[in-house]
Amino acid sequence: MLGLLRRDLTLAFRAGGGFGLSLAFFLIFATLVPFGVGPETMVLETIAPGILWLGALLACLLSLDRIFQLDWEDGTLDLLATAPVPLEGVAAMKALGHWITTGLPLVLAAPVLGLLLNLPLPAYPWLLASLAAGTPALSAIGTFGAALTVGIKRGGLLLSLLVLPLYVPTLIFGALAVIRGAEGQDATTPLILLAGITLGSLATLPFAAAAALRVNLR
Amino acid sequence: MRESCHLPLDLSMGYRWPAMLLSVTDLSCARGSAQVLAGVGFSVAEGEALILRGPNGAGKTTLLRTLAGLTPPLAGRIDCAPDAIAYAGHADGLKAQLTVEENLRFWAGAFAARDIAPALDAFDLHPLADRRAGEMSAGQKRRLSLARLLVTGRPVWCLDEPTVSLDVENVGRFARAVEGHIAAGGAAVIATHIDLGLPNARTLDVTPFMAKRLRSDDPFGGDPFAERVG
Repeated sequence: MLGLLRRDLTLAFRAGGGFGLSLAFFLIFATLVPFGVGPETMVLETIAPGILWLGALLACLLSLDRIFQLDWEDGTLDLLATAPVPLEGVAAMKALGHWITTGLPLVLAAPVLGLLLNLPLPAYPWLLASLAAGTPALSAIGTFGAALTVGIKRGGLLLSLLVLPLYVPTLIFGALAVIRGAEGQDATTPLILLAGITLGSLATLPFAAAAALRVNLR
Repeated sequence: MRESCHLPLDLSMGYRWPAMLLSVTDLSCARGSAQVLAGVGFSVAEGEALILRGPNGAGKTTLLRTLAGLTPPLAGRIDCAPDAIAYAGHADGLKAQLTVEENLRFWAGAFAARDIAPALDAFDLHPLADRRAGEMSAGQKRRLSLARLLVTGRPVWCLDEPTVSLDVENVGRFARAVEGHIAAGGAAVIATHIDLGLPNARTLDVTPFMAKRLRSDDPFGGDPFAERVG
């Protein structure tokens, strides 16, 4: 199973692998916001937490349909299903691979973009913590959505519609943690709820994704 | 001259009866929600190859996918040791950005095999080992995808049209690989339209097992895959 993770990472970093797509989208999104809403620092300061979280979420969404679709198209998924690796493990490794190539770069890039959006200084630790705690949930939920829509040609639209509502709690608590941090308040409560969502997703969704894959491979 | 007309008490007498590796009883398979085959029964012992024949669309692929466990059977039973079947379908299952060696190593890792050299040898892939799969011809990709079978280490090969896009020389290589696998106590179920010249090969025509599809009340002549367009 670690071989699968290694292969997915190799594929992502090779030419045409799609690594950097989400990161580039996040950078463009956050850079364009000041042009759209105007340069007033007060306004930017207020919306920065929400914008950063929303950008990270949309960037994540952008790369979801690659998780299983490519393996489905070239027949690898059929072969993986008959190999002596549990599909639950395959789903978990796919989610982990997606987080390493998408979520982790977003976490690391977010403070730089916070600077562009005039995010107040006390919010930075909370921004890093909330993204680090929340993006694994985005990957796990997205893997489940990708498993549900794997057999559908151009299933990207359906995937987004399925996954977006499931992303709402993560977005609410993630952004709330940063907003509270920006106001100088303690943001432990939303952060703990966020971590709870992540742990719950990680514990259950690989099994749901594997079940969805089994149905779709028929 | 030895006397050989008495009944042996020990029935085995040094001869080991070939063990049954795969046995299928009264199997019905479906693709999607449509039944394709009904009442299929056969068994394959070690050292045997079963060639599946039948016209296009008869259900050979569905049967192989059911054997491989990708599709659950509608009815009937498949008796087979767990994790005994290695499946190879129409799609090669290769990653274009990985080299031949990397592709094969990945599958060797998934099946806990150590050595990929015999698999490279069997399909003469050593000269191509460092080439990316995306830059190979269809026949070369097929050879790599067949080489994968050798690293699975599984006794029963279920192959769907394995010789597609192979040239004559490589069809021979493939036949020798199957022969070697069978001689080593394996078995193979192969859907193919060409004659591989395998020893110990039996042929099963799936046409008699095709599910009844003709229903008079159906405007599409009962074709379960027909769709109204427009």
